[in-house]
Amino acid sequence: MHMHKFEKIWLIFGIGALVVFLSVVGVSAFYLGNKPPSCLTTIDPEKVDTQAPFDKPGLNKVEGKEWDYELVYVASAFFYNPGEVEVPLGAKVKVMATTKDVIHGFQVAGTNINMMLEPGYINEIVTTFDKEGEYLVVCNEYCGTGHHLMSSKIKVVKK
Amino acid sequence: MSSQTTKLKVDPRDGKLAMAHFYVAFIALTLGGLMGLLQTLVRSGKFELPWGIDYYQILTVHGVLMGLVLTTFFIMGFQYAAVSRTAGTHSPAARRIGWIGFWVMTVGTIMAATMVLLKEASVLYTFYAPLKAHWIFYLGMTFVVVGSWLDGAAQIMTYARWRRENPGKPSPLLSFMAVINTVLWIVATLGVASTVLFQLLPWSLGLVDTVDVLVSRTLFWYFGHPLVYFWLLPAYMCWYAIIPKIIGGKIFSDSLARLSFILFLLFSIPVGFHHQLTEPGIDPAWKFLQVVLTFMVIIPSLMTAFSLFATFERYGRSKGATGLFGWFKVLPWKDARFTVPFIGMASFIPAGAGGIINASNQMNQVVHNTIWVTGHFHLTAATSVVLTFFGITFWLVPHLTGRVLTKAMNKLAIIQGWVWFVGMAFMSGAMHFQGLLGGPRRSAYSTYGDSAQAIEWIPYQIAQAVGGSILFLGIILMIIIFVNLAFFAPKGEEEFPVGEAENLEEKAPMIFENWKLWLGITAALILFAYTIPFIDMIQNAPPGSPGFKTWGSW
Repeated sequence: MHMHKFEKIWLIFGIGALVVFLSVVGVSAFYLGNKPPSCLTTIDPEKVDTQAPFDKPGLNKVEGKEWDYELVYVASAFFYNPGEVEVPLGAKVKVMATTKDVIHGFQVAGTNINMMLEPGYINEIVTTFDKEGEYLVVCNEYCGTGHHLMSSKIKVVKK
Repeated sequence: MSSQTTKLKVDPRDGKLAMAHFYVAFIALTLGGLMGLLQTLVRSGKFELPWGIDYYQILTVHGVLMGLVLTTFFIMGFQYAAVSRTAGTHSPAARRIGWIGFWVMTVGTIMAATMVLLKEASVLYTFYAPLKAHWIFYLGMTFVVVGSWLDGAAQIMTYARWRRENPGKPSPLLSFMAVINTVLWIVATLGVASTVLFQLLPWSLGLVDTVDVLVSRTLFWYFGHPLVYFWLLPAYMCWYAIIPKIIGGKIFSDSLARLSFILFLLFSIPVGFHHQLTEPGIDPAWKFLQVVLTFMVIIPSLMTAFSLFATFERYGRSKGATGLFGWFKVLPWKDARFTVPFIGMASFIPAGAGGIINASNQMNQVVHNTIWVTGHFHLTAATSVVLTFFGITFWLVPHLTGRVLTKAMNKLAIIQGWVWFVGMAFMSGAMHFQGLLGGPRRSAYSTYGDSAQAIEWIPYQIAQAVGGSILFLGIILMIIIFVNLAFFAPKGEEEFPVGEAENLEEKAPMIFENWKLWLGITAALILFAYTIPFIDMIQNAPPGSPGFKTWGSW
């Protein structure tokens, strides 16, 4: 099978670019800790309200951890609990969320906080809120008639 | 060589079955397109659906008709005709199986559609559990898949007959490609068939109470990504093997075309996790492994791009074009059979680049489930693939109905292609930008309690409605062309163009036809990418989910 010289150059260039892309992504994920949200903890979806930390949705101060706060959400058709929360500017926060019924999305618009919430699983992401303002949390996975009404608010405020 | 293989015309008996597929495909396009228009209008905020019709109901109709019905019927019709043209008329047995497949798919479509219209299945075309649709919806989907297997079996039978009659010879390129795509489809649909048959059907029938959501999603996406390659490969068939003939050039390399199709078979299946990058329950190392495999599939696309432009440049230079880009001008821009698929090809450049972004592991968080993704697949599927399908329609339908593409229709077809391009530039462009701002996909009009961020999205949604309206005009033009070519165009002979390789001396290596080898590697890659994470999912499974019906009834 014959391959034209230009095609070889083209493919070497193309595959080289792919290797560079993958290396950048891989180093960022596994060395710098930017892995996509992939929490492996499970939970009984019918007992969410009685289990820590989901028995206390909202912003909870924690001690002795890598983060200052845990921001806990419980999603169900078609709302998030809490519906609104204030976060101090610059706080390092672990966002933890799960769903009581169908699959929901959890996206803080204008940030990289974006994860799937699936019944039976907890999902989480650690982030620092370093820009003041009001952020909209939207459900970005179809969950039923009220899907486009499902939202919450995060106010990042100087304290 | 059997006399059938030299036949330049598809046998009318085979043509009839192919046309039956196209009728269903174009009905799906008409209805699905209307739903798409309504969606963009609703999302503009200036229009509300009448008579209690739900936004998500029409979204389900749009997704099922466009993503599953239009594509599967068109592809099976096209491949059935392409195999008949290049490997010889189908045997009566193969044709009978093809007809059974067609009817099983059609009945399945009607079953699923009925449930959606009755508001018993507003679950979108991805039907993620634990949203629970009526069991007839799932059974209808099963019929569509099983019917497509029968349709594919007809093609494989005719290919196998050709191989028997021509020992030691590489099969005709178009037949080889059609069979690769059929095999890809059969391997891929095993995933969706498993979740529907073993999880969703028993659960919706009430035989079991709960469903394992993550397992179901994983099986769905095992199917969901090769699904998009199943759409794309027929377009590649046209670009590789048919367009060169239309412009009067040659296929750059028959062997490399085959190699790229084999790479698609190998690498488009063990990659489903790149649709599940932001979800819990899957170890990030396995996600990254599948991201790497996903990137492998870019290699055959790079090969394809090179071959196509090499064909164009060589043709241009043979016509006396000079300079670095002189060949571009002499391409047959006035021939809709070339121009319309070319618009599709060109769209695949930004579309593919967007795809690389989507699959880039953590970078996916920026765009996951935003309307950027919708914009992405309206460039890949709804522009690259669909415009190529239209380009095929312009000659295949008159070829099969014994009519010709007239000058007037050719002109209308070119206008249609450009209308589509303009409409999609507005719609898909606005979707990409809105997605980067965080606007979610699959959502009806909402200002989210007058949130400042959501208000910023509205102008983009109005641009999408403008684009959607232009696209609907494009669909109307396409329906006019299709109806003309099927029923009213003057009688005559329209060519079924099949390209020839530039270097006829160079025979494709027979290893390409070694199915045991390629299926073996395909299976090995799938097992490698999925076995351990799948066992993890089952061993660490949370309690199952009961079903939910979170949408209203009539």
